Amino acid sequence: MNGERREMRFGRGMGHGRGPAIGMPVQKAKDFKGTLKRLMGYLKPRRVQLTVVFLAAVLSTVFSIASPKIMGKATTKLFEGVKLKWEGVPGAAIDFHYITQILLVLGGLYLASALFGYIQQFVMAGVAQKTVYDLRKQVNDKLSRLPLKFFDSRPNGEILSRAVNDLDNISSTLQQSLTQLITSVVTLAGVIVMMLTISPLMTLIVFLTLPLSLAITKAIASRSQSYFVGQQKALGELNGHVEEMYTGHKVVKAFGHETKSLERFNEINERLYQSGWKAQFISGIIMPLMSFISNIGYVLVSVVGGLLVTKRAIEIGDIQAFIQYARQFSQPITQLANIANVIQSTIASAERVFELLDEQEELPDASDPVELQSPQGSVRFQDVKFGYKEDALLIENMNIDVKPGQTVAIVGPTGAGKTTLINLLMRFYEINDGKITIDGVDITELKRGNLRSLFGMVLQDTWLFNGTIRDNIAYGREGATEEEIVQAAKAAHADHFIRTLPEGYDTVLNEEASNISQGQKQLLTIARAILADPAILILDEATSSVDTRTEVHIQKAMNELMKGRTSFVIAHRLSTIRDADLILVMKNGSIIEKGSHTELLAAGGFYADLYNSQFTGKNRKKEVV
Amino acid sequence: MIKLFRFIKPYRWLVIAVLLLIFLQTLSDLFLPTLMADIVDVGIVNGDTPYILKIGSFMLLVAAGGVLCSVTASFLSSRVSAGFGQRLRSMVFSHVTNFSLQEFDKIGTASLITRTTNDITQVQQVLNMMLRMMVMAPLMCIGGIIMAVSKDAKLSLVLVVVIPVLIAVIAFFATKGMPLFKAIQVKLDKLNLVLRENLTGIRVIRSFNRIDREKQRFDEANLDLANTSVKVNRLMASLMPTMMLVLNLSTIAIIWFGGIRIDHGHMQVGALMAFIQYAMQIMFSLLMVTMIFVMIPRAAASAVRINEVLEMDPDIKDGEQLQETNSKRGYVEFRDVTFSYPGAEKPALSNISFQARPGEVTAIIGGTGSGKTTLISLIPRFYDVDSGCVLVDGVDVRKMSQASLRERIGFVPQKAVLFTGTIAENIRYGKEDATDAEIRHAAEIAQATEFISEMKDGFDSVIAQGGMNVSGGQKQRLSIARALVRRPEIYVFDDSFSALDFKTDAKLRAALKEETGDSTVMIVAQRVSTVMDADRIIVLDEGKIAGIGTHRELMDTCNVYREIVSSQLSEEEIA
Repeated sequence: MNGERREMRFGRGMGHGRGPAIGMPVQKAKDFKGTLKRLMGYLKPRRVQLTVVFLAAVLSTVFSIASPKIMGKATTKLFEGVKLKWEGVPGAAIDFHYITQILLVLGGLYLASALFGYIQQFVMAGVAQKTVYDLRKQVNDKLSRLPLKFFDSRPNGEILSRAVNDLDNISSTLQQSLTQLITSVVTLAGVIVMMLTISPLMTLIVFLTLPLSLAITKAIASRSQSYFVGQQKALGELNGHVEEMYTGHKVVKAFGHETKSLERFNEINERLYQSGWKAQFISGIIMPLMSFISNIGYVLVSVVGGLLVTKRAIEIGDIQAFIQYARQFSQPITQLANIANVIQSTIASAERVFELLDEQEELPDASDPVELQSPQGSVRFQDVKFGYKEDALLIENMNIDVKPGQTVAIVGPTGAGKTTLINLLMRFYEINDGKITIDGVDITELKRGNLRSLFGMVLQDTWLFNGTIRDNIAYGREGATEEEIVQAAKAAHADHFIRTLPEGYDTVLNEEASNISQGQKQLLTIARAILADPAILILDEATSSVDTRTEVHIQKAMNELMKGRTSFVIAHRLSTIRDADLILVMKNGSIIEKGSHTELLAAGGFYADLYNSQFTGKNRKKEVV
Repeated sequence: MIKLFRFIKPYRWLVIAVLLLIFLQTLSDLFLPTLMADIVDVGIVNGDTPYILKIGSFMLLVAAGGVLCSVTASFLSSRVSAGFGQRLRSMVFSHVTNFSLQEFDKIGTASLITRTTNDITQVQQVLNMMLRMMVMAPLMCIGGIIMAVSKDAKLSLVLVVVIPVLIAVIAFFATKGMPLFKAIQVKLDKLNLVLRENLTGIRVIRSFNRIDREKQRFDEANLDLANTSVKVNRLMASLMPTMMLVLNLSTIAIIWFGGIRIDHGHMQVGALMAFIQYAMQIMFSLLMVTMIFVMIPRAAASAVRINEVLEMDPDIKDGEQLQETNSKRGYVEFRDVTFSYPGAEKPALSNISFQARPGEVTAIIGGTGSGKTTLISLIPRFYDVDSGCVLVDGVDVRKMSQASLRERIGFVPQKAVLFTGTIAENIRYGKEDATDAEIRHAAEIAQATEFISEMKDGFDSVIAQGGMNVSGGQKQRLSIARALVRRPEIYVFDDSFSALDFKTDAKLRAALKEETGDSTVMIVAQRVSTVMDADRIIVLDEGKIAGIGTHRELMDTCNVYREIVSSQLSEEEIA
């Protein structure tokens, strides 16, 4: 009685609450067909395995469908024997020889069905996971070729969700729903055929229950939808409130708003309860109603079957078989409805992944790239035009000429877009017009890798990765020796603090690198830049989160680093600004003034204003000494 | 997990009703095969059509009764689980609301959020499933066994053999599979970590030209995950077929032994057919048990995390005997205060004593980790001192109610936090009944009017969650306005001007000076220029007071202070 394949969802999807409850709104793909086709394309290289899966699924299902009928024969034989005996026919006995044969056949069928079922799942595990592995790899490769514009214009969370959650969704669907789809279709077809061979009349009765169950599902689904939407909305609001109150805990407490926050929480919570229980209830009664309908079918089959047997139209074993078939009949139908939902959400996931794969990539490197052998570090902007959006130019006709070893200070209020220049220099963004040259070579003629290796960057946002301190410094240059690493750390004034850590250079920075202080992180990034030994430096002087004494160390290290190199400094300290060979003043994203300190003061523009506003502070400082 | 079930208590009658109803429903499901057996054994054998019809309509009644029971059960159980979720959520939230910063530090804000939201949803879902399906499994199993035994006790011996086999199979897969499922979670997290690092560090990775290395790192994590997934799925691939095989072979056994018993006249064919169906029901209930195995561990992990929160007692509670303050306004005094964070080796603050009076500005300066923020966090009693005491208006803060203490304080945290809502609402957070004029005034002083009026809806512009649509400096100014509108006795600024440019900073401080005239002002700062004018500067060094006095006094007496001052001036300025 292989029968009721109440499929359980094992594997990755399990516990994720896969298979949305009936009536739950499903995300839909914009272009279902196209995306499906493209997803299928990924399965193509594995068509041999897929054929095996398909055949195994079909065989396994066919064997399991055949068995109830055969088992019915055994029952019939038993019944006949008993009946004859009961009627007192001399010599009547149950034909155990025949029954043994049937049971053996049955055992064989079961074994075969189980075996093929196993093969199907086993092969599919490889196919599904490897396909997803490939896709994920492709996504990551793609990410490495996308321009920074892409990353700057959307939250990291969204990209992560595509690369992880959406692919996870595809993986579990491939693992389970695909084979389920095959088995459900085959089961449905097989069951109908088997039922028809037993009794067309009884089949008709079972079919009559079909519209009933469809109508019920539909009615319930449409009703529960609005509750699910309400539940989702309330839950979103609730989570938002919790997030806000917890992150702002200090403020909530300081201003004594605990009660108010609690009241609001309870209000949303009540709404969540109201829509929540209704959604659960309504979607929850589908199962009992379905089984009721199936029970009606069961009763009808028993009665009609019983009558037919008394009329000798069918045999007793047929009723038994038929009951099993009838039970299997409704199973694949609800399953198919469910799979339809799962597939829809999977295609929506796949579409999001493909969207990412179709993003426009960086312009390819020049086909015949120039290689700078011994870079000097002269940088030149010639009539550069640039804007993040085509129609809003931030920089128009900028010309700057920086000679090797010179320092360029970039000043301006917070949020003035000082990173724009870095973006252009490193060719993270493409300029709209004009050209940028390094040692006389247009940067577009260099390989990106070569171009970027000319630069060393120390930003305020200290990026370190989850690994040892040694690895983090060594990041600056591939194949650096231990000695070079320590030398770099020493030059960056980092060696001392590293050695005070219990594990020294082997200290593993944790995920948020919160086991060392902000200032220490900064020193590590400086060491990393020193190790890279670049011709041109990009430095961010802002050290607002660092105490002033650590700042002295950082400043010393930076000065060390800047010796003899062309430097672009996002400057905050007056001394740096005044000593700079060129000052670029930025405001609202664009460069509004440029020149030397004296030139700019004489011009009496924004810079002069900014400088004078600090005068008060400076005067006091003078007084101090 | 079980501990959390105390929250079902108010619903215990409902739960009992659900159990009862589900039991009735299983009984009706189990009764149907018995009736069918009657149709076969009596109706068919005798060719008695009226009997068949009679039993048939009876079966319909039984089925209808069954569905009625289960719909009612579903109605009750969804109310129970939703109500359980509501209560639990509300308990956790209100409990956390009472937490001091200490508890927040301990668990971590992000984790607390997950615990209040996702973890509870997870547990609630499992409860719902349990009430609906898992309860049914044992009932179905018991009912099935009872019916099977009553039909034919001897034949039930087959079940005695089969059930342990099934349980063994389930146990085998559970023990093999669980560690793998856990491993997958770990590997998925690892993949997430690598990817997140790649996204946040993209400029660094590209500028150091290390794209290939990162690709390789990702590929390793990816491959590792894929391999484990294949492994777990291949293991699970054999679970269903094995279970089905056991089920089916036992059916064969039942027919065989049943056949023998029928041959001996101990049993009838209809009874055998019913028996097979009972056996099926018993075994399917066992299959459902495997689902429980899959679901429980996840929910259990969630439950443990929720319990941790609930069992954590907030350190800071209002004292039993509250003391009224006298007429003093705005006095802050630290008397020999020592404080250490839990688990820390060294105290974060030791032997701190000073007084701050209305109309005075007290500034606190010192290196990172010298205890500045910790010190001012003690004033609104975010933490409790280890020894010594903090007095506000002459009363130990532990003897005041937290509400009345904090009413006196206008607090501006280091990290400006805004809430979803309009700008006006955010400022009004400081004083609920503030008039529009008061709000405008506060914004004016905080130098926020200019950028607010540049926004489309002015004071009615909506701040997105987390204040994503305003810059750091703007956030700080709004956060200052929020404290100003309160017109408190004591102002506490925790390094609140860091994101402002020099110009705005200077203007703001000039305006503040007038506004805060009669109040006590405490300022934590990094820049010497910010603190220089203060009536009193407290220099902190490694949690100890290195010096107290005015700027001039400290320049003469305090080494640490001189060091700080000189570090902020360029070399030529010192010379």
